[in-house]
Formats: sequence, structure tokens, C-alpha cells
Amino acid sequence: MDSFLSLFAEYDVPGAFWVNIQLTFWAAIWSFLLGAILALMRISPIASLQWFGAAYVNIFRNTPLTVIIAFGILGLWGQLNVILAEDFDLNFLRLAIMGLSIYHAAFVCEAIRSGVNTVPLGQAEAARAIGLSFLPAARLIIFPQALRGAVAPLGNVLIALTKNSTVAFAGSVVESSNLMKEMIEFRGDLVIPIFLIFAMGFVIIVVPVGLLTTWLSKKLAVSR
Amino acid sequence: MTSDSQSSTTASAADSPAQSLVSLKNVNKHFGDLHVLKDINLEVSRGEVVVVIGPSGSGKSTLCRAINRLETIDDGEIRIDGMVLPAEGKALAKLRADVGMVFQSFNLFAHKSILENVTLGPIKVKGMKGGAAKELAMSLLKRVGVDNQAQKLPAQLSGGQQQRVAIARALAMQPKVMLFDEPTSALDPEMINEVLDAMVALAKEGMTMIVVTHEMGFARKAADRVLFMADGQIVEQATPEEFFTNPKSDRAKDFLGKILAH
Repeated sequence: MDSFLSLFAEYDVPGAFWVNIQLTFWAAIWSFLLGAILALMRISPIASLQWFGAAYVNIFRNTPLTVIIAFGILGLWGQLNVILAEDFDLNFLRLAIMGLSIYHAAFVCEAIRSGVNTVPLGQAEAARAIGLSFLPAARLIIFPQALRGAVAPLGNVLIALTKNSTVAFAGSVVESSNLMKEMIEFRGDLVIPIFLIFAMGFVIIVVPVGLLTTWLSKKLAVSR
Repeated sequence: MTSDSQSSTTASAADSPAQSLVSLKNVNKHFGDLHVLKDINLEVSRGEVVVVIGPSGSGKSTLCRAINRLETIDDGEIRIDGMVLPAEGKALAKLRADVGMVFQSFNLFAHKSILENVTLGPIKVKGMKGGAAKELAMSLLKRVGVDNQAQKLPAQLSGGQQQRVAIARALAMQPKVMLFDEPTSALDPEMINEVLDAMVALAKEGMTMIVVTHEMGFARKAADRVLFMADGQIVEQATPEEFFTNPKSDRAKDFLGKILAH
């Protein structure tokens, strides 16, 4: 037990998890914004926008996240010299957030689109019939109802994103899985407890997300 | 559409004030192999109430929906108040604002209160101030008898009440013409009359109306003209009195025989 507790003294476990939370928080915001725009494109009446949205989703949904994150470091930063922050670590963090956002936006788009499918066609027709054009109809009528229907699938995306934030390891971000590898390297005698610490850490972060989305999807449901 | 042709249509509208408010010329539409609208020609004058009846699948709903372009047409021309119905974009939205539509399934905005349902169009489409829009909405809701429900959500109202709100929502845009697509078909029998009463009142006030319905009583009471459709064609049109007592075509005789037998 003493040696187990010494792990916490030797290594900054909460600090490593804090990096994952930051990655998740910012990637959640950016992927939501990007995903909402993509969903708007996919339901728009303009064929070229529909095509772009579909192409984006199919490319990024089907590319391994590790490849996207590694490309951020090796391609964008290493080759193309894309710098998102002067600070070395912050630059890597931001590149990882960008990779996570780009990847998960594809899933957010599809979650929102599944929400759009819960809105009866008549709602859009009624909106058009009073003279609203596509964007106001989407903003005022379709999206507010679609997002309520999309809470549960969006929650799933957020849970996946939380856990996928460990892939930022591939982008040289010092987060929990990075720390786990380091701890296993130096404290091989405690491999099982180390695994358990990180597994439990994620469960503790993710369980409230699941509870919150279940509660929200019930509370926000549109009665028809 | 070029600005030239647009200005010329506007000019011709000003030249002939007596022209019809809604005009369809040689309108055709297909759903795949099915020819749902066959060469439809229709002129509806200002203040006229036209009731469209016919067996299901005859194209009467499609006709109604084509007039504000919820259904596109394959060829032909539809004009509202002299203006050709634009294909898409802001021009179409602007024209739709002048055409009120009441649906079979009400289609009230489910996440907005009754009051918001009615004020949304005036505020967001016409740029009306909130206070003025609320005043207008309350007067319209009062007119259809649901002003005491203004703060509720649509799902909390009965079907008849919801449909009356839908009428108020359409009226709030101060439309030139109102389209009704089987407005009472989804209602329980005891609620049909409250909706029909609101429609009769509207007809008496001189609103131009095109009503697709199975309610023969409404046609007799409020219609200036009855249009009988079958197989995508306008088979017969006459005053309600003449149509119901002395139908000309065999199709109409057959149809009336079936629905009036009981």
C-alpha cells in the first residue's frame, strides 16, 4: 500500500489527467462548432455543400485518429512549420486539440444529423411556408429540436473523445497515457496498480458525462 | 431570373388590376412514372374561396403544395399576384410569406410556445417589433379562440386548438391567399367544427382561400367554386350548389355517390 501511495508522491497523476481534461474540453468545443457547420452543409439545399460535408465526414471518420494526430506533429509542424503557440508544449497541445477536433467533428456531424432525422419534415415545411429561408429555418426551427434529439449520440461522441484524448500521446503531448508508460517503465513492480489507476481515472471522468447526457436528453426532449 | 424580366412582370401586374391572384398555366408534375398533375390550368380571383375535392391520390394535395412550392413542378407556370413563383432563395421565401399555409398535421413548432409560434414569422421574416408582434398574435389567437392557451406548448393543446393556432400563425403574416391542405383530416370528429367555423369566418371576411378538404358541408357553406380533381386533372368545376345537385362528369357522379350515400 505504501509503495502504491508513493506512486502519487513520485508522479503527478492528477496533473496528467488535467491535460486530458483540457484536451477534451477544447476539442469538444471546436469539434461541436465544426460538426454543427458540417451538419448544416449536409442538410442544406446546395449540392456542392452537401458534397463537401459528406466528403469530409467520410474522409475523417475513416482515418485512424493516430494518423491524424501524428500528421499534426510530423506533417503540419515538422514539415509545413505550422506553429499554433510560441511555447513548445502549448504548441503540441494545440496541434493535438486541432487533430482531435477535426476527427471528432465528423462524428458530431453525424450525431446532429441523426438528431435532424428526429424532427418531422412538417416542421421544416411550416418554417418555409411562413417565409423563412434555409439558414433562419435551420437556426430557429430545425437545430433547436435536432440538438435535443441528438443529446444522447452527442454524449457518446464526448465519451469517445474523452478517451481518445490519450491518442494525443502520439502527438508528443504529456498526458495520462504518456505518464502511464513512464510509470510502468520506472516502477515495473507495480504494473497492475498503475493500470488500475489510469483505468479508474477515466471511469471517474466519463461516468458523470454519461449520467449528464442521459439526464439532459430526458429533460430536453421535445414533446409532440 | 434577370432583373429585366422581373420588372416587366411587375409592370404587367400593375397594368391589369383585375387579374387573378393565383394563376396556374399548364402545370405538370410527375412522381417517378406517376403523372400527378396533368396540365393544370386554374385562376383564382381575389377574395374567392375555392374548394378542391376528389378521391385520394387525385393530386389535390400536390396541387395545393405546389402553389407555395413545397412541391416543385416539372413544367408550366404558377403566378401569385402576377409574380412568377421563383425557383428558390430569398425571392421564394419572400413570396411564401404572402401565401399562408395550413397543414393536415398542424406542424406547429414543437419547441416554441403558442404565442412564439404566431410571433416568429412577423418578427423574423417581416422584422416587426416584439411588442407589436405580440399584440397582433394575441388578437389573432383571440379571434380563433385560443388566446387563453398562449403560454402553453403545442403538445399541451388538443388537435382542434393546435389547428386553430396554425391558422392564426398563417394569418399573422397577413397573407394574400391562404392554402389549406386537408386541415380537418387529422382531427377527432368533435373538433372538426371548431376549425371549420374559424375557416368559414375567414372566408366571410373576404380572404382568398384554396381549400383541399373532404368536408362537403364546408364546401356548400363557404365555397364560391368547387373544383373536382381525379387522376391529376381538374375534371369539373362549378358553384357548390350546381356541383352537388347536378354534377356533369361520370367521375364526379361516382365520387359523390360514394361519399353521400349514407
